[in-house]
Amino acid sequence: MSNDLEVDHVSKRFGAHAAVAELTFDVKRGSFFSILGPSGCGKTTLLRMIAGFIAPDTGEIRIGGKSMTGIAPNRRPVNMVFQHLALFPMMTVGENVGYGLTQRGQARSDIRTRVTGMLERVGLPGAQDKRIEQLSGGQKQRVAIARSLVLEPTLLLLDEPLGALDLKLREHMKIELKQLQADFGTTFVYITHDQSEALVLSDTVAVMNAGRFEQIGSPQQLYYEPRTPFVAGFVGASNRFAGKVEGIDAGVVQVRTRDGLSVRARAQDGLAAGDTAEVFVRPEMTVVARSAETAGLGTLAQHFAGRVTSLLFDGANSSVLVREDTSGAEVRMALPQTGQLADLAVGAAVAFGFAPERALAFKSARAS
Amino acid sequence: MRVPQARDVATPDTGVVSASRLALLLLLAPALLWLAGLVVLPHVELAVLSLRARVAPREYEYSVKQYLTFFEEPLYWHTFVRTAVMSIVATACTLALAFPAAWFIAKVARTRLQSLLLVLCLIPFWVSETVRTLGWMILLRESGVVPRILTDLGLTSAPPELLYHDATILVGLVYTSMLFMVVPLVNALQTLDDSLIEAAYNLGGTGWNILRRIVIPHAAPGIAAGAIVVFMLTLGNYLTPTLLGGKNSLWFTEQIYTQFITRFNWEQGAAFGFLLLVLSTLIVWVGLAATGQRFGDVMRRS
Repeated sequence: MSNDLEVDHVSKRFGAHAAVAELTFDVKRGSFFSILGPSGCGKTTLLRMIAGFIAPDTGEIRIGGKSMTGIAPNRRPVNMVFQHLALFPMMTVGENVGYGLTQRGQARSDIRTRVTGMLERVGLPGAQDKRIEQLSGGQKQRVAIARSLVLEPTLLLLDEPLGALDLKLREHMKIELKQLQADFGTTFVYITHDQSEALVLSDTVAVMNAGRFEQIGSPQQLYYEPRTPFVAGFVGASNRFAGKVEGIDAGVVQVRTRDGLSVRARAQDGLAAGDTAEVFVRPEMTVVARSAETAGLGTLAQHFAGRVTSLLFDGANSSVLVREDTSGAEVRMALPQTGQLADLAVGAAVAFGFAPERALAFKSARAS
Repeated sequence: MRVPQARDVATPDTGVVSASRLALLLLLAPALLWLAGLVVLPHVELAVLSLRARVAPREYEYSVKQYLTFFEEPLYWHTFVRTAVMSIVATACTLALAFPAAWFIAKVARTRLQSLLLVLCLIPFWVSETVRTLGWMILLRESGVVPRILTDLGLTSAPPELLYHDATILVGLVYTSMLFMVVPLVNALQTLDDSLIEAAYNLGGTGWNILRRIVIPHAAPGIAAGAIVVFMLTLGNYLTPTLLGGKNSLWFTEQIYTQFITRFNWEQGAAFGFLLLVLSTLIVWVGLAATGQRFGDVMRRS
């Protein structure tokens, strides 16, 4: 059995609203699986069904090969790290970590050894007698994970546990979580709305929208090969152009937006002339230069002229907003990190472009 | 220009401080007057009264005779212990009945039902305590509603007398006390994060264990606050035990009433009043110490 979690045609409705619609997927043993989606997409409902707090309307959830239908949350080989951690404030750190073991009726001395060992492994040696409110945000995080992992669950569920932390600590905890998972080898199922968390941490990411998975794949696949317009728009930053397909040639479509901007992009399956299409171009796939003659830009199959409307300086993630001269379309582009355009000013005339194979065109779900 | 010295800055500051202190004093004045006039002064007078004996008309001397009488006369301390025990039992019964009700109001009911249920708890207090207790008597007396239903159903051959039993007193006391237990419990349970219960359940906890290790420790200040209020009210109640228990009620407040009003023995009554104060303080202190809580915390968190 190589799958720790199998979700088989699981649905859940709340009134007329389908929170989770006919989902089927597997999670491999020992992997870090993330479910990424905007709030309200049904990811929390899905997680709570796996934990057993909600029963699915249809379908079956199997954990470690065993069906979980009709099994109460306290009898499932699953533990959960809650969004706000839900540490027990009436207990010490040691009692929190030992709570599950006490419930299993293990010997007191055995519990003490295992709690001590677990706290050492998460980097909190000797913290048993501390009170919860004496801990920092990151330490609480580790106690919550230790409290679950000490029970050696088949599956650890994490419900946006980094959401409440400040940015710096969140970056740090991301690395720590990934190391912990590699260290323990437990299967993690992690839900988040933060694409950076999902991309950094996971072996596999499922992008969820309106109760369904739009795409399951490695972070690289989602980023470079999104299969739906939703994934292309949700994972990473993108410029989006909506328009009509004017022609298609060897997998490259020509799309004209309503403003009159004409772009060429790699066509995804099923696009034909006359269709409404959405084109996505990542800021980092574009090239900006002072003029079209600048080396590099001339070799690109398509380029445009425009004026800088905003500079968005953010160190390595700096970008610039440029308004295209003829259509007035605004495009966000990453600035080269070499600093050669560091003196670019608002209003400056620039040339920009991108290779058609770096842009993706999808058949539009909605009319634009 | 002179550099301002520390003292120059400090002078207006102290002015501000004393003004705010005066404002605080003025705000507290009604409460302080209330406390001094209606609580401290009468008790000082009671203490003086309880420690004197009349040797001749209008002639008194210091004596602990009243307190000795209490210990020498079995009826008095028997009533005293009985009142304490019955009050503790009534408090425990109120807690047992109020806890599920408070749980329902705080955790199960939605907002609108929540306020409706709290109002339902309050409704009995729109009727005066006397009328409420007389209502119980109408229901429970031999020719009353409940005994008649019991006979009509064939459960008893003759209508039973349901008044003048200890159980009847307890029913009346619990009924009167419910609100004072429900409100602090609802407050305490509302602040309990549902995810704590889910987390405990997720970690393998069972219903009873979660109640004991998560819910009760969290609600402890609310439980203590409710229990203190209910216990004090019950111990000092006069009307309910007297009306529902009749001659058998043997409630300590009755003894105090008898001494002051019937016997006109104010010295003895004052001594009894003081003993009741000591008793309630002692039991509350023991209760808090046994559950490891501090009075200040309890009053602040409920």
